[in-house]
Amino acid sequence: MTRFITSSFSHLILLIGILIMVVPVWMIFASSTHTSSMINMNGLQMFLGDSFYENYLRVLLYQGGFFKEITALKMFFNSFIMATGVAILSVVTSLMAAYALVYYRIKYATLLFWIIFITILVPLELRIFPTYSVMAELNLVNSYFGLIVPISASAIATLFFRQFYKTVPDELLESAKLDGANTWRFFVDFLIPLSKTMIVAMLIFMFVFGYNQYLWPLLVTTSEQYWTVVMGLKMMSGSIVHRFAFVMMSMVPPILIIIVLQKYFIKGVFQDK
Amino acid sequence: MSFLDLKNVTKIYPNGTKAVHETSLSVDEGEFMVFVGPSGCGKSTLLRMVAGLEDITEGDINLDGKLINEVDPSERDVAMVFQNYALYPHMNVYNNLAYGLKNRGIDKETIEQKVNDAAKLLQISDYLQRKPSMLSGGQRQRVAMGRAIVRNPKIFLFDEPLSNLDAKLRIQMRLEIKKLQQKVGVTSIFVTHDQVEAMTLADRLAVINNGIIEQLGTPIEIYDNPKSLFVAGFIGSPQMNFLDGNIKNKTLSAEGFEIKDIDSDFEGEVKLGIRPEHLSQRENSLINLKVDLVEQLGSDNLVYGQLKDKKDFCYRCPGNLTIEKGADLSLNIENNKYYIFDKSTGKRVN
Ligand SMILES: Nc1ncnc2c1ncn2[C@@H]1O[C@H](COP(=O)(O)OP(=O)(O)OP(=O)(O)O)[C@@H](O)[C@H]1O
Ligand SMILES: [Mg+2]
Repeated sequence: MTRFITSSFSHLILLIGILIMVVPVWMIFASSTHTSSMINMNGLQMFLGDSFYENYLRVLLYQGGFFKEITALKMFFNSFIMATGVAILSVVTSLMAAYALVYYRIKYATLLFWIIFITILVPLELRIFPTYSVMAELNLVNSYFGLIVPISASAIATLFFRQFYKTVPDELLESAKLDGANTWRFFVDFLIPLSKTMIVAMLIFMFVFGYNQYLWPLLVTTSEQYWTVVMGLKMMSGSIVHRFAFVMMSMVPPILIIIVLQKYFIKGVFQDK
Repeated sequence: MSFLDLKNVTKIYPNGTKAVHETSLSVDEGEFMVFVGPSGCGKSTLLRMVAGLEDITEGDINLDGKLINEVDPSERDVAMVFQNYALYPHMNVYNNLAYGLKNRGIDKETIEQKVNDAAKLLQISDYLQRKPSMLSGGQRQRVAMGRAIVRNPKIFLFDEPLSNLDAKLRIQMRLEIKKLQQKVGVTSIFVTHDQVEAMTLADRLAVINNGIIEQLGTPIEIYDNPKSLFVAGFIGSPQMNFLDGNIKNKTLSAEGFEIKDIDSDFEGEVKLGIRPEHLSQRENSLINLKVDLVEQLGSDNLVYGQLKDKKDFCYRCPGNLTIEKGADLSLNIENNKYYIFDKSTGKRVN
């Protein structure tokens, strides 16, 4: 009986927590399906209206920005390019960095690793102006390259891959060597397949990280052509329902990625050894 | 020059550990060589230098007429079976066997045929599609062997491949390895610290201690004629009995008895070694044993007890003799089969 009470009590707490998180999102969604005048008169709505298609289509195709040069669709495209670029580039670089740190006889490899690791403590915001001036010097302002590259070296991913490689037994490398594998083949035929789930997890992680960038894209793009979704959240003008619709849509890509690859994500972060 | 030739090979690890001292050794083509010795004596180090997995600090290694000191392991054409098998966990058994062949650029049909042949030989044909994690210890062992065999290398290296198996399987695999090696005829070096394994497998045996080969020879030579105290104590089960003694004028006096007219000019402190199986009961003999414990193995009995001076002693007798605890036995050394070692240097003197 006491077990029943404690378990229903904890369920109750969980339920309240879920409601606290979900209800505001739901209210925004419900409100985004009404007309502006309806919201302006009656406030936020709890139930669905019937302007869903109208509002969402308009937001997607509306020419926004100060110069009316960009649509939400283009922003989604930009964000997608940026997030995918960051994800792929940072996973590739950290895979290779970790490989070099663990398997090559580099003097002071541990020291090097800790230096890389310390960069976790230095937020992007702290180095944003020097980084910007480098990009400006290189003429990479207003380009996808400039959006992606400066935030594509991930100390966290390097840490994860390094720790994983360290658990791979030495005999595996030795027996691969005796089987005629060179260092590149060992990387491609062994380390990559063995860390597959972790790679997927890191891809998701870095995709969301790239997608959520705000300050960096804001600085490095002056042309509206390169606006991203998260920037758009701030910049979008228009009526309240349209902004609500945009907010709702901005949540879709990261959620979609996580739902699709969830299986790997959980496995990669928590079960792989 | 023989097939594999080690000349004054020394290994000093970066931390200063001297694992192998100036070791020279020749292995003939097709020979089954066993390195045996206690833990930490440098067996694995020696083997790994042959494989190319450790740098050679000093000395030369020649394989098949070619100096291989600086040759990369991937180019040496040697195969190694590791203690924990080191199977490729993400590949199925087929690909585990095929991987080395693929790297050599062999075409697909040939690979398939070679893998199937090796699998048949090792009776693992039914598991070719399985991942190593879905195999038993014995099956993994076979896959590891298969991976070595399929490439038809110049030399097989085994580093204690049986030590992860249970006792029964170990004996079975030991037999199979020996049979397989005879069938395939590949030169092999097998590392173990189990002297029974060493005796049963070896064509020739290298007993290693502290980074030095103490004695090299056929198992029987080494058993019959150990050259040092260490080898005498290491080879043979149960262990040889050792008694303190002293030689003067060709007479050895141990505590409680004397042996006259020994075949040695040595004078001074010695250790007398007697194998438990070289004793028999006879009235009024040299050695008097008070029995503490009898282990009945069926075919044999191992009789443990103490001599007059409370020294532990073991006697091996046929299983059909009944010996009671507490009995007093009088034991004779058969055919004068005893060994005398210089106490200070450990060298054999008779
Ligand atoms: N990488 C290393 N660095 C430093 N010392 C080492 C290294 N590997 C082995 N040693 C030392 O070298 C000596 C010989 O080691 P080795 O592994 O060859 O012994 P072994 O005879 O194979 O023993 P075991 O039967 O326990 O496997 C030991 O004293 C060991 O501590
Ligand atoms: Mg060893």
